[in-house]
Amino acid sequence: MSKTNFMQKWFVRRTQVKADETHEEEFYRAGQWQLVWWKFKRHKLAQMSMIVLAILYFIAIFAEFVSPHDPLRRYRDYLSYPPTKIHIRDVQGRFRTPFIYGAKMGRDPVTFRPVFEEDTSIIYPIGFFVRGDAYKFWGLFQTDVHLFGTGPENMPLFVMGTDTIGRDVLSRIFYGARISLSVGLVGIAISFVLGLVLGGISGFFGGVIDEIIQRIIEVITTLPTIPLWMALAAALPREWPQLRIYFATTLILSILGWTGLARTVRGRLLSMREEDFVLAAKLDGESEWAIITRYMIPGFLSYIIVSLTGSLPGMILGETSLSFLGIGLNPPTISWGVMLQDAQNIMNVAHYPWILWPVPVVVLAVLMFNFAGDGLRDAADPYIT
Amino acid sequence: MLAYIIQRVIRMLPQLILISILAFIIIQLPPGDIVTYQIRRLQASGVEVSEQQAQALMRQYGMDRPMYQRYLLWISNIVTRFEFGYSYTFEKPVAQVIMERMGYTFVIALAAAIFTWVVAIPIGIFAAVRQYSVADYIITFFTFVGLAVPAFFLAMIIMYIALSRFGIRVGGLFSPEYMVQPWSWGKFLNLLSNMWLPIILLGTGGVAGTIRTMRAMMLDELRKQYVTVARAKGLSELQVIMRYPVRLAINPIISGLMWLLPWLFSGGIILEIVLNLPTAGPALYSSLRQQDMYMAGAYILITGALTAISALFSDVMLAVSDPRIRFGGVEGA
Repeated sequence: MSKTNFMQKWFVRRTQVKADETHEEEFYRAGQWQLVWWKFKRHKLAQMSMIVLAILYFIAIFAEFVSPHDPLRRYRDYLSYPPTKIHIRDVQGRFRTPFIYGAKMGRDPVTFRPVFEEDTSIIYPIGFFVRGDAYKFWGLFQTDVHLFGTGPENMPLFVMGTDTIGRDVLSRIFYGARISLSVGLVGIAISFVLGLVLGGISGFFGGVIDEIIQRIIEVITTLPTIPLWMALAAALPREWPQLRIYFATTLILSILGWTGLARTVRGRLLSMREEDFVLAAKLDGESEWAIITRYMIPGFLSYIIVSLTGSLPGMILGETSLSFLGIGLNPPTISWGVMLQDAQNIMNVAHYPWILWPVPVVVLAVLMFNFAGDGLRDAADPYIT
Repeated sequence: MLAYIIQRVIRMLPQLILISILAFIIIQLPPGDIVTYQIRRLQASGVEVSEQQAQALMRQYGMDRPMYQRYLLWISNIVTRFEFGYSYTFEKPVAQVIMERMGYTFVIALAAAIFTWVVAIPIGIFAAVRQYSVADYIITFFTFVGLAVPAFFLAMIIMYIALSRFGIRVGGLFSPEYMVQPWSWGKFLNLLSNMWLPIILLGTGGVAGTIRTMRAMMLDELRKQYVTVARAKGLSELQVIMRYPVRLAINPIISGLMWLLPWLFSGGIILEIVLNLPTAGPALYSSLRQQDMYMAGAYILITGALTAISALFSDVMLAVSDPRIRFGGVEGA
């Protein structure tokens, strides 16, 4: 934001505010988060992205219920089954509620690979809240109700097809969202704590401690991201349980991410020490600890939380890449990267392109995070009005 | 000036030592070591390994000595003889494995960087000059998508399309018939015909980011008064743009040149793995899969050192161009 542009906008804002007395009052009385929210509401694209992200996280949270199948169940009769076509018009040309046809399996005369054809004589309507594979919802109670599907005993519905051992791709994407979308959140939580604590110590104590922490940060920023991630992930013991591997992976992903935050925190602390309100607090007899936690940190908290969301996409892509290479998470854990392991063999992709479905899903998630992050950053920046 | 450079070099030394310690820690991370591996291999091939021989091997690799002595042995081998350790995946010294592949890595990454600038700089300038036009929105949209799609995703999609639509197997740098042949004109042409794809894919990763930087810098410059002055002097619009704002806006990209060196080394590892290129990255990957860590240690040490040296270069360059830094008026950028 250049200075002239900023002045222009500020001036426009001032004149608008002058014109509307009640608006002015509201503006000056609004709290920090209120201001952020008002500014964010002006970003239409960012708002839309937030809605998409909310849907994605909703799916991740209620994965058992929204996915039509058990993600680990192998349909042995439907190996590498292509995405089921959903119809609303039958062969007689009548419109009905969405339905699918039954399937006939034939063999390709040349390659002998199974080829599936629609059997238009049988119709299976798609219903909501149908019974299917049993699951324990959040480990709390046993049920078998799924959001949609064709019901038991009928031709199963595979919206995105099945993988080479007959597992439903859509259900796996829904379950995979749990891991893939939470890695980033856990990762930034770790970065947040590390950055705040180390940056705070650095800025607060100064002197030798500051010098040491700054040198360490300098070294960490020179390390190459991807080779380091790969080396650390590969060094994890293979016999560890998956949950521990998961936490270790998020730790690895956040090991490089906290340095920028620590620098920001330190810089802000150092510059705020000179501010009048800090001097006032000191004269009031507040302790150093109270000054930092009650006066200084709230001043830039919104800014650092928002700037952290900027590192989420990188972490999601990091987990996907590592798992794709087979050095992050591994089966039976389900994540988008683990699903893509099947696509390492290009012949698999050529015959069954629907196993690439995690690719657009990852891109969508990352794109939405980028848009939302941009909007949030502008909204939280106190120097843009 | 000299004093500044010396001071800066001295400040870099502890940094390099810290990087080497980190690299060494990474080598030591996984359970098991090269000696146990060697013994297991000998036993598998039917050779009886006596306790004495095992002890001798341990001594040879310094396994019987404490950790800090092993570190000193490792680092002094690197500094004095350029020996980074032994890769048992490739059954060759690590330095040799990396050197054999470095050539391709450099050529591909350098070409990709040139591709990035040739494409991104003009587009960035154009988007800034036509701010808020339809073209600008389209460009902005594509840069967002470009930042969200990693190069190896693109590679997978292109490999799929090439195979399913045209029946061509994309990947590698040579067709099978040239793989083991000595260098010839035909092999060279074959290399060129296979190399453009990794170059473009690796380049697109940088294109989106460079366009955004270029556009933002140009927008800042275009608002300044000297642009109005140039226009008032009656220069043509093209001259106004090319002679002044572009020269200033391109600065951060020129100083970004310094970071090219480390990026050459580690930028496109996953893409190289997917495309199955004979470069250094995939070699790192295959040794990591065996938890063969000397390769990783060498990789991290070399890239880290390159980055530190690049930072030194760019600081010195800045000091040359800006006397305030030289005389300590401003914190080193």
